[in-house]
Amino acid sequence: MAGKLIEINGPLVRAQLEKAVNGEQVSIGQLGIIGEVIGRDGDYSTIQVYEDTESLRPGEEVIALGYPLSVELGPGLLGNIFDGIQRPLETLAKIAGDYIPKGAKVTPLDHKKLWHFKPNSERHEGEKLSGGEILGTVQETESIVHSILVPPNTQGELILLKLEGDYCLDDSIASVQQGKEEKLLYLYHRWPVRQPRPYKVRDHAIAPLITGQRIFDTFFPLLKGGKAAVPGPFGAGKTMVQQQIARWSNADIVIYVGCGERGNELVDILTTFPDIVDPKSKRSLMERTLLVANTSNMPVVAREASIYVGVTIAEYYRDQGLDVVMVADSTSRWAEALREVSGRLGQMPVEEGYPAYLASRLSAFYERAGRVHTLSEQRGSVTLIGAVSPPGGDFSEPVTGHSKEIVQTFWALSKELADARHYPSVSWTESFSGYVNTAAKWWVKQTDQEWLQLRNDALTLLSRDTELMRIVNLVGPEALSPEQRWIIDGANLIKEGVLQQSALDDVDSYASPEKQYLLLKIMMLIYNRGVDLLKLEVPVQELNRLSIMGKAKRCKSTYSSEQTQGLRDFINAINQVFDQLEHTYSENLHKV
Amino acid sequence: MSELEYRYASAVKGGLLFMSHVPNIAFGDRVIISDHKNQLRNGQVVMSSNELIMIQVIEGTEDLDLERTWVRFLEKPFEIALSPDVLGRVFNGIGQPKDGRPPLISTLKRNVNGAPVNPAARSYPKEFIQTGISAIDGLNSLVRGQKLPIFTGSGLTHNRLLAQIVRQAKLLGEESGFAIVFAAMGLSYSDTQYYIENFENNGVLGNVVMFINQADDPPLERLILPRAALTVAEYLAFDKDMHVLVILTDMTNYSEALREISTAKGDVPARKGYPGYLYSDLASIYERAGRIKNRHGSITMMPVVSMPSDDITHPIPDLTGYITEGQIVLARELHNQGIYPPIDISPSLSRLMKDGVGRNDTRDDHIRVANQLYAAYAKALEIRNLASIIGAEDLSDIDQHFLDFADQFEKRFIQQKENEERSIFETLNIAWDLLSILPANLLSRVTEEELAKYHRWKERSEV
Repeated sequence: MAGKLIEINGPLVRAQLEKAVNGEQVSIGQLGIIGEVIGRDGDYSTIQVYEDTESLRPGEEVIALGYPLSVELGPGLLGNIFDGIQRPLETLAKIAGDYIPKGAKVTPLDHKKLWHFKPNSERHEGEKLSGGEILGTVQETESIVHSILVPPNTQGELILLKLEGDYCLDDSIASVQQGKEEKLLYLYHRWPVRQPRPYKVRDHAIAPLITGQRIFDTFFPLLKGGKAAVPGPFGAGKTMVQQQIARWSNADIVIYVGCGERGNELVDILTTFPDIVDPKSKRSLMERTLLVANTSNMPVVAREASIYVGVTIAEYYRDQGLDVVMVADSTSRWAEALREVSGRLGQMPVEEGYPAYLASRLSAFYERAGRVHTLSEQRGSVTLIGAVSPPGGDFSEPVTGHSKEIVQTFWALSKELADARHYPSVSWTESFSGYVNTAAKWWVKQTDQEWLQLRNDALTLLSRDTELMRIVNLVGPEALSPEQRWIIDGANLIKEGVLQQSALDDVDSYASPEKQYLLLKIMMLIYNRGVDLLKLEVPVQELNRLSIMGKAKRCKSTYSSEQTQGLRDFINAINQVFDQLEHTYSENLHKV
Repeated sequence: MSELEYRYASAVKGGLLFMSHVPNIAFGDRVIISDHKNQLRNGQVVMSSNELIMIQVIEGTEDLDLERTWVRFLEKPFEIALSPDVLGRVFNGIGQPKDGRPPLISTLKRNVNGAPVNPAARSYPKEFIQTGISAIDGLNSLVRGQKLPIFTGSGLTHNRLLAQIVRQAKLLGEESGFAIVFAAMGLSYSDTQYYIENFENNGVLGNVVMFINQADDPPLERLILPRAALTVAEYLAFDKDMHVLVILTDMTNYSEALREISTAKGDVPARKGYPGYLYSDLASIYERAGRIKNRHGSITMMPVVSMPSDDITHPIPDLTGYITEGQIVLARELHNQGIYPPIDISPSLSRLMKDGVGRNDTRDDHIRVANQLYAAYAKALEIRNLASIIGAEDLSDIDQHFLDFADQFEKRFIQQKENEERSIFETLNIAWDLLSILPANLLSRVTEEELAKYHRWKERSEV
């Protein structure tokens, strides 16, 4: 179906295009620039365009393509970098050079590459198949086995399943009798991005997502299948936090969506990830990672699409029974893309120019997270982590506000902490997690019965410290009692020894659950034993002069996750030092 | 390519000219407008349909007589001619010569808007640039291909600081400097002259391309200017293998011009009347900095952003900070104490520093020393705050050391002379001198070996 262009106004154009369906893809002009119908008014369609509209002119041809924005799902996704409408950027660079030309057309996946397909031995011809069932497997990377699924909307009798062998994406590997026609199945299928992929039932999230970052795992845990938001003003280290999660999460697949952010950040991932070894699979991190990139200088409408492209790919791997983490940096840029389009459509703005449907779109997006029973009765999960970039660092702005209501885990980054180079600059007063009790069950099994108590005590200590610091800032530390000063010192132990974690330090960058637990135990042990000594009238200054104070703070970068015995030995050393002091002072007390 | 000329504009309103029933005009095309005195103005199509065309008139719409205005559609976007002769030239915002010399003749012309760099074709910037300024090199290192803005306030010394950077910036162990693309938007006459004289005095004029739009030049020209300048920078860097330093001053004037035209177009405003697309628009400028795989050249960018009323949360510095790879923030408080350069290190940051410094680039302890200085200074500022309430006499000994550290840090580390070029090693040595004011057990960001090697703690009583 063809029509013609009527009006061009930035990324929005109007065309005379009959019978186009809302959401349908269109091709515009000689270059075949791709757009999406977002409104109809009689014979006229309003179209948002994924590429720059410069040099388009009224009268150019517009062709309706008959399908909505869809992604190709199949082997070859991992290790790749795609743009906001799933064009593979590395292939594009090879054929078109350093800059992205308008109207460039490349298939998302390499259709000529051969994959070794192993059919599922449980399948037999004549069997009734429904969507989501597993036809066979392909070893996509050394660490990931890719299950080839019957597309969710397909069902019927299995007529033919090809034998084990090498096939490319264009070779059919099976066929089913669907109604009267025979439908060929391939190693890949397409799925519309704005439609969540179906699953059998939702399940409760039960296991924490271990990121190796102490402030998250120990204090504000996130579950596999959960949703989290990371708001932070610029310079608070948001990107670093997101990259650390992408690096160390104990998920099977990590999808990193760079939505309206810096190009160099993606280059950083592309250049460093291949050399980093995944602690779980011992293989290169890039084998389980894929990137979707719409950098801030790329067209704004594709930015809106990039988030959906990412989450649809995440759901596809979930449907294979894998745990997927998707990091979206940043949801604010996505919201701004919505705002830009709605503003040009002349829709009534509500808060700060954002359209009224911002909240519902955001919550619909986050609702695609979750742990499910897949159509083939496996367990898979999608965990969504969205960065938020609040203007001026103001957390009361609409995107932060709405995100806070939607997510269960809120990791608030603080400019003050970042300015003092306290990284990760996650504020322990503003962050929260609704998953602590569920996560505790896992931690208790992995570490020790006292885990939850230890965590809560540490948080209490930190909040008492916050109160006391208010007094100190008014009247100085001299006004505090020794016990109160020891609280501040204890909180400093937690801050420097546990909360602060250097992403740049090879030893400290990742902490195993055991190391996290031991470090917390060490700091709390010193604090608690100190409290007892203060009762024996040991001066606070003497406690602070103990060499174990400095050593405790350096433990995180002294002992790696494999060297936890060193930490256990250090616990004994601490006890000895304190036993000694206790002995000396209780004797003094008796003498008096 | 046919050029079409039409008469009878249908309306004119705040910098915009409307024409009815001109068919098939491409969005973004350049136009030339001839008014009733036959004077020429430049314009650009910002909305196009067969019924109505909206043209943004660069020189403004004052005095335009609807009936006696001719509009010529050039059937091409804004372009700029490129050749190696561009070095040493001065242009206005749309690339017309401003130095009295003839226009550049070249068959190579490029659209000033450029095209987005494919992220997969970028290469990660990591070569340390020594600016000779301690507060930058030591704490917020600049690397080749980085975009690092200077956030400043009116009356602060950003011009002098930039001029010093331009004079001193070089790679360690290399003498070859940078080609400079200087883009001035809404700059006063005296500021413009300051830069030009500086380039002259350094004998680098032949290596500078200037795009100048002064405070009294048409504001809408500022919308094209940085793009024209960056098109030249891209040509020099990626066609001619040069290392280019781009200075954009002042992005606040640019953003105000954008607000002016967006308000006239009736765009929905987001914050403080700026359009919702200010972020994307600024990004389309800033993101043109960088390095590209298999190309020798690079574009390093230092934009100047004035913070209106010294407010760093104002939309322009705020959105800039989200796009650029860090920021150098100048503080009025330091300036008033006579400290030059008045760099406020707390909010300053270089995101690319981590990969540009260290054992193979500067010195092994660099990043940890920087972290330690940051942490110690933050602590010292807290104590200084406290001292202003309870008086310095009531502070503990340790706190007194911190106060001393803060003062010395500002006077010896941040402060330096305008002609003083400190090598990175001098900078790091000063840093250790200052850290030696504090006892070693309070310095948890550096390693024990580094403490043993560089730290010279003396109890004050012994001094």
